[in-house]
Amino acid sequence: MAEKLIEVKNLKKYFNTNKGLLHAIDDVNFYINKGETLGLVGESGCGKSTTGRVLLRLLEATEGEVLFEGKDINKLSKKEMREMRKQMQIVFQDPYASLNPRMTVSEIIAEPLIVNKVHSSKGEMNNKVAELMEIVGLAPRLAYAYPHELDGGRRQRIGIARALALNPKFIVQDEPVSALDVSIQAQILNLMADLQEKFDLTYLFISHDLSVVKHVSDRIAVMYLGKIVELTDYKTIFNNPLHPYTQALLSAIPIPSIDVEKKDRIILEGDVPSPINPPKGCRFYGRCRHRQDICKQEAPELKEMGKEHFVACHFAGEL
Amino acid sequence: MSAEKLLEIKDLCIHYITEDGTVKAVDGMNLEVGKGETLGLVGETGAGKTTTALGIMNLIPAPPGKILQGEVIFEGEDLLKKKAADIRKIRGNKISMIFQDPMTALNPVMTVGEQIMEVVQLHKKVSKAEAIKHTQDMLELVGIPGARWVDYPHQFSGGMKQRVVIAMALACDPTLLIADEPTTALDVTIQAQVLDLMKRLKDELNTSMIMITHDLGIVAEVCDKVAIMYAGNVVEYTNKENLYRTPRHPYTVGLFNSIPSPDSDEDRLKPIEGLMPDPTNLPSGCPFHPRCPNATEKCARVIPTPIEVTPGHFVKCLEYAPGGLH
Repeated sequence: MAEKLIEVKNLKKYFNTNKGLLHAIDDVNFYINKGETLGLVGESGCGKSTTGRVLLRLLEATEGEVLFEGKDINKLSKKEMREMRKQMQIVFQDPYASLNPRMTVSEIIAEPLIVNKVHSSKGEMNNKVAELMEIVGLAPRLAYAYPHELDGGRRQRIGIARALALNPKFIVQDEPVSALDVSIQAQILNLMADLQEKFDLTYLFISHDLSVVKHVSDRIAVMYLGKIVELTDYKTIFNNPLHPYTQALLSAIPIPSIDVEKKDRIILEGDVPSPINPPKGCRFYGRCRHRQDICKQEAPELKEMGKEHFVACHFAGEL
Repeated sequence: MSAEKLLEIKDLCIHYITEDGTVKAVDGMNLEVGKGETLGLVGETGAGKTTTALGIMNLIPAPPGKILQGEVIFEGEDLLKKKAADIRKIRGNKISMIFQDPMTALNPVMTVGEQIMEVVQLHKKVSKAEAIKHTQDMLELVGIPGARWVDYPHQFSGGMKQRVVIAMALACDPTLLIADEPTTALDVTIQAQVLDLMKRLKDELNTSMIMITHDLGIVAEVCDKVAIMYAGNVVEYTNKENLYRTPRHPYTVGLFNSIPSPDSDEDRLKPIEGLMPDPTNLPSGCPFHPRCPNATEKCARVIPTPIEVTPGHFVKCLEYAPGGLH
């Protein structure tokens, strides 16, 4: 049995807004094994990025535990958390907004090293920066370039180098390729796979693109309006999706081929409802093709339907 | 490609002249769109897709933009030779455009109804009451209750805003609709709704369409034929069947290899090496040669011209030219 690196128990994150309580994450449970990639998919506003941030304690959880190697990070003091952060890093979605435009490439990559006082001499640090740049495939001549001089793919490489600087065990990849062109996206995905193997990294890969998530993940969790609705390995989720939302999501992907048999497309009605004061029953009730009375009354629990295949639907397996 | 011609682009060259040099945004383009047909224009950032669209509408900002040569023949007349007042009668009327970002394409201080009515009143001789009626009908057509015409854009979700933009584009029954990445800003399930709507409306109204996208999945779904663009050049141009079954240009092949497919289980992607070239300093010869796996010394010297490999399948690659790669 693989060892768990991260375990999330009954995690909740609410935000107070003028209109009421926003349930960004509502009672979420999952774990990530060492060396594994867990994909987290869902549409805008479903709580995937918030989950990534709460996992790193960039946002304080409202309730619940985030265990990193068995330790609840929410209980750590500021100083302990600072130590812990070296182990857990994040790569952000937008390589245009997540890099300081007034710092050079080498300054950006060196910053975590300086902040954490990793190296005693400047020479040592410069060597480390050069090494990191090489690892992510940035030419040495770019060390003194500014982010605006570089294209999206190279910028994302800077973000990855920065995340690797402190030799973390765990990296949250928050839509790391969404802003990139396909040919560049493929380069970055391959780079991340190589790094994972080389440094034995564990990833939480957040994305709205199911094809990309399937390509990188070992297991996939589908989120809808603050809740995980389905969680299983990447093959099962594509071959045997049990939650009606997962089914609709999968059928909505346009497939870049004309010879595959088109699955019947399930067109969902309406939009994702507001996470402010959500209804008490199933969150998917309003858009579900199979809704029944019970769905309006009771929120379905995440049940194990097959081995390691969790689904939150009253009628899972019957649809 | 037998449908009656609606739009014909002949030898179009659009350059942007900037302080840093000249950008050949569109270079010697030849395309056709038949009545009722959908042409997909595919390429990555900076390939010249949006410039093409703006060129068709004669909306290239000048300076820095300049149309060096070429013709855009729409219903038998060259749009590039038309006077400003005449082309204004065509824009939004016979040719209309759906923009990528519905959040910025709508005016936040006008109700959506006023914005749709503006188009109707400008191009059709109708009374205000008729315009309102038509506006409501258009909203209903795209699945929004007509009564909501008095609402402001911020009161709609992203998918609904895009539908408002579509309603506006369709308000005057255009013969040609140019959709510039119409679903890129939307979530997948909403994208499915919008694509479904566009396909349905296109069939019902027999509108021709140019669909600009970077997503080969969307092309497979909505287009009849496809032009693949790279650095201002159409490198491959053919019908959908040819493109998906026998892609010929190395860039097209590279694009297909770069996308993780939801239907297969590949271990590693085969990306195209290198980066998009600097548009002010394109490589000599074939602009794709520095990234091309098959490139030879000849590719750096000779600029390829489109070759008709099989009937109706045009490829701009020396491999298919007389003499081949060597």
